[in-house]
Amino acid sequence: MRIYHPLALRRRAKDLVFATGVVLATLIIAFFRLQVLQSDDWVLRASSNRVRVLPVPAPRGTIYDRNGIIIADNVPGYSITVLPGPVDSVRATLTRMSEHIELSDLQIERILAQLRRFGREVVIDSDADFDVVSKIEERRAEFPGVYIDMRPRRRYNLGASGAHVTGYVGEITADELEMEMFPDSVYSPGVIVGKIGVERQYESLLQGRQGVRWVEFDARGRIVGDFAGVERTAPVEGKDLHLNLDSGLQQWIHRIFPDSMSGAVVALDPKDGGVLALYSAPGYDPNAFVGGIDTETWAGLNENDQKPLFNRSVLGLYAPASTWKLASAGIALDAGVVTPDEVMPDPCEGQWYWGNRFWGCWDRQGHGYNTLAEAIGNSCDVYFYQLGLRLGLQRLLDRSTDIGFSQQCGVDLPQESSGIFPEGPQFWQELYGYRPTEGEALNLAIGQGPNSQTPLKMAQFYVALARNGSAPAPVIAKGVASSEDWQLDLAPEHLESLQEGLRMVTAPGGTAHFGTALEHWEVIGKTGTGQNPLSVRGLAQDHAWFAGMAGPPGEPPEIVLVAIVEYGESGGQVAAPIVAKAADYYLRSKRGMPIDTIQTYREHILSGPVPQWYRDRFPRGFAIEVEEQTTLAAAVEGGS
Amino acid sequence: MSFSEKWAIDRRLVSATLFLSLFGIAMIYSAGQVEVPNVVTERAWLSQLRWLLVALLGFTVLSRIPMPWIEWAAHPIYVLGIILLGVTLIIGEGRGTAAGVKSFIRLGGFGFQPAEIAKIATILWLAQNLSDRDSPLRTLRDLVKPGAIVALPLGLVMLQPDLGTSLAFVGILFAMLYWAATPVWLLALVASPVVGLFLAYDTVVWSTYILIVIACMVLFLRSRLFLFESVALVLANFASATLARPLWNSLANYQRNRILVFLDPEVDPRGAGYQVIQSKVAIGSGEFWGQGFTQGAQKRLDFLPEQHTDFIFSVVGEELGFVGTTLLILLFGYVLIRLLRLAAVSDSSFAGLSLLGIFGAWLVHVLVNIGMTAGVVPVTGIPLPFVSYGGTFLVMSWVAVALAVRLSHERI
Repeated sequence: MRIYHPLALRRRAKDLVFATGVVLATLIIAFFRLQVLQSDDWVLRASSNRVRVLPVPAPRGTIYDRNGIIIADNVPGYSITVLPGPVDSVRATLTRMSEHIELSDLQIERILAQLRRFGREVVIDSDADFDVVSKIEERRAEFPGVYIDMRPRRRYNLGASGAHVTGYVGEITADELEMEMFPDSVYSPGVIVGKIGVERQYESLLQGRQGVRWVEFDARGRIVGDFAGVERTAPVEGKDLHLNLDSGLQQWIHRIFPDSMSGAVVALDPKDGGVLALYSAPGYDPNAFVGGIDTETWAGLNENDQKPLFNRSVLGLYAPASTWKLASAGIALDAGVVTPDEVMPDPCEGQWYWGNRFWGCWDRQGHGYNTLAEAIGNSCDVYFYQLGLRLGLQRLLDRSTDIGFSQQCGVDLPQESSGIFPEGPQFWQELYGYRPTEGEALNLAIGQGPNSQTPLKMAQFYVALARNGSAPAPVIAKGVASSEDWQLDLAPEHLESLQEGLRMVTAPGGTAHFGTALEHWEVIGKTGTGQNPLSVRGLAQDHAWFAGMAGPPGEPPEIVLVAIVEYGESGGQVAAPIVAKAADYYLRSKRGMPIDTIQTYREHILSGPVPQWYRDRFPRGFAIEVEEQTTLAAAVEGGS
Repeated sequence: MSFSEKWAIDRRLVSATLFLSLFGIAMIYSAGQVEVPNVVTERAWLSQLRWLLVALLGFTVLSRIPMPWIEWAAHPIYVLGIILLGVTLIIGEGRGTAAGVKSFIRLGGFGFQPAEIAKIATILWLAQNLSDRDSPLRTLRDLVKPGAIVALPLGLVMLQPDLGTSLAFVGILFAMLYWAATPVWLLALVASPVVGLFLAYDTVVWSTYILIVIACMVLFLRSRLFLFESVALVLANFASATLARPLWNSLANYQRNRILVFLDPEVDPRGAGYQVIQSKVAIGSGEFWGQGFTQGAQKRLDFLPEQHTDFIFSVVGEELGFVGTTLLILLFGYVLIRLLRLAAVSDSSFAGLSLLGIFGAWLVHVLVNIGMTAGVVPVTGIPLPFVSYGGTFLVMSWVAVALAVRLSHERI
């Protein structure tokens, strides 16, 4: 048999033609499926392949202070974003990136997980330095799938001094996305939102609405241009916010607050409850949070014993101590159990015997017979023990609860502590398991016992004293209606006597005179020495309080201030000068007066002779101390 | 026979392949038209045009070489091809994305792929061997020599390692054996261990398969097989099944991924499945009429992998649509069938066998290359004859055309 017989070859050729036909027909069928039957799917896939919707972040609204000075605004910042891609190549890209920006292995894995989970771009640095950006742009080819764009970046002009008011912004978290206050229509992963402070409180106002742009990418993640098919939607800028805050005052308080000490200062406008200053020390730089805080700074803030992130002005709870005596006095006057001019039956002899025990006065020397104003001026405990007894525990609790000492002020901040004050006898029963005796009224009357208040709460109470007994809730934002929260029915002459008591504290001979006497203004207020867990055991000093108000002499006060310095020991020497100087700054700048000569009387006489204005304003005080400059300085140093 | 008859060439085959070459240059030009230009790919079409001129020059010369010279030269060319392949393993280098594959030899300014030369050499030497026979190959022993002629270059190419090109050798072997009247059942039995290799991933599947193979041998082929052949085939099947796992483990990661991804590209859409998916996206979005020459969006944005070489057909699909892909496939069909027709009418068994070798190689190239762009076969780096960018391959394809027209028209 010839294997290459022409007929055999023809048959084999025919078979092979058939086989070839089958193979090619299979291919054509495959292409028919792809290009005709399934083409719609692939067309869709092609456009999603190369066109991506990128968010165009909206600039947040600007935050202004009461004088129109910018507290928080936006500056252009560079943001580095990575697009989803093959896991290994994205990881390699990010690893290369970590040579230029801070990016730990853990963060890289987190970014990869996010890319996988959401299947959309992830911002890896929303605040890149310009030189980092230019380095990356130079080596564009090494960073496929990475793009850099300009985004508005938040800037806090007050820095650390205003941190506790402004708060800060950060990228929205997965938990926040679930919250009702972040509706899906506005918020999506990657959006920058207020985290705390005013930024959080007024988030919906400041946010605006992010726009979108449709961008065409090539396979390496390079932006080729805006996609022609769809119009871009411009972002809508957030609305501006005007605050009652005085940014100058806020910064001034930051400057005069004792270095390295912790504490808080609150300044309110007695006219409307507007918050003029809300300061908590130590602060932190909110700008560090913009674009993601680096781990080192974050750890530093959290490990700091002084807790800089803790807003003491609205969250810190302190025993109000003697500053609370005004509340006892006000309630007693309101209830009619004392009159301004009467004296208590027992004089102060440094201690008082009641209920089988001695109750001490802070001054073992005793204060003798005191009127209400004198008792306030001397902070006489014995007087207030008797006042507390006259009021009776139940009435004291009821009235204090009525005026809100166990509640929040309702300030426009996302977080605020409620005051701690017993609303009734069950408080003791639940907490300690016994029925309170009338003796509790003695403790509560002098600001001790189970009573802790925030500095803001005390400031609100002093606003009531500066007005007619009513105090609106403090408000930070301008134009927000404040409810008239507190009502203390005080007759004008009662109010007068309380203020007179406060005046005695700062008058010559008063405990806070040296630190509060000012050239132009009258400061009146009350010192307080707050016991704390450490000071009770003799391990640290007491907290120093001063709560007061200031204005031109003989006129109604224009500013109410409360300062507390933790472990500051002396309200008169440490807290009072802060209040006086802050008031001086505010009242001067309000009138356009120079602010570079602010000094308390104490500072004056420590550095030079008794100034003429002091002789004029306080002839009595001058008479006391005129004899000898040295005695004077000694008195200053030794004062209570 | 007249002079003109003696020197005539098959105009149809040459016109078809010339058209394919020019079409290829046009597509290579289009592949270079991207949003973010790259000097190399942008000018690739010019380079391909120069290579085509070289190829046509070679064609003109080679198509005038008398057949006896070719037969005489078959053995030396084969030896040369094997030596070049050996040298490649030592001094070869990779190119582009196949940088890990040692397939190029650099000579002075330009590089070439010895595997392409070896293909032609193998066809000729195998044709030489098979043409002498006057009885069909009926036993395994008969297949040893032809098998060895192909296995040697195939093995060397596998060592590079270039899986795609080695497949072409398989095509050559089977097409030529079939032409030499080897029974299909014998070819199937020879192929059975290789099929078994792929089925060995599952013991049950493989067991069923081996039982079917043995049953066929016992029931239908008992009279045609020697006992030792049957035993050898069964043993070969077991050996390949045993080797499957070590072999799988010895594969490079990318090769394993390609096979896994072929089964389901979406298992790793951004990794190994990327090429197939992007290719299908481009082809599918071409729809019926295509997006227009040079207008393919996926191509312009660089989503297509290897768009001027292995995946040039995806560009065709995206820009010329189903119309373009079908016409191009039909054109290849025309070329392949033309080769078969020339072989069928050839007086010379050497000529016929050589034509079948060319047919086998090109069929594998067309099937595997076009098939992989549509995801019907696994991705292997194998170019599309005449169309893909690549100098050596274009020149050697034209050498094959020259041989085809020379051998088919020379009457003895």
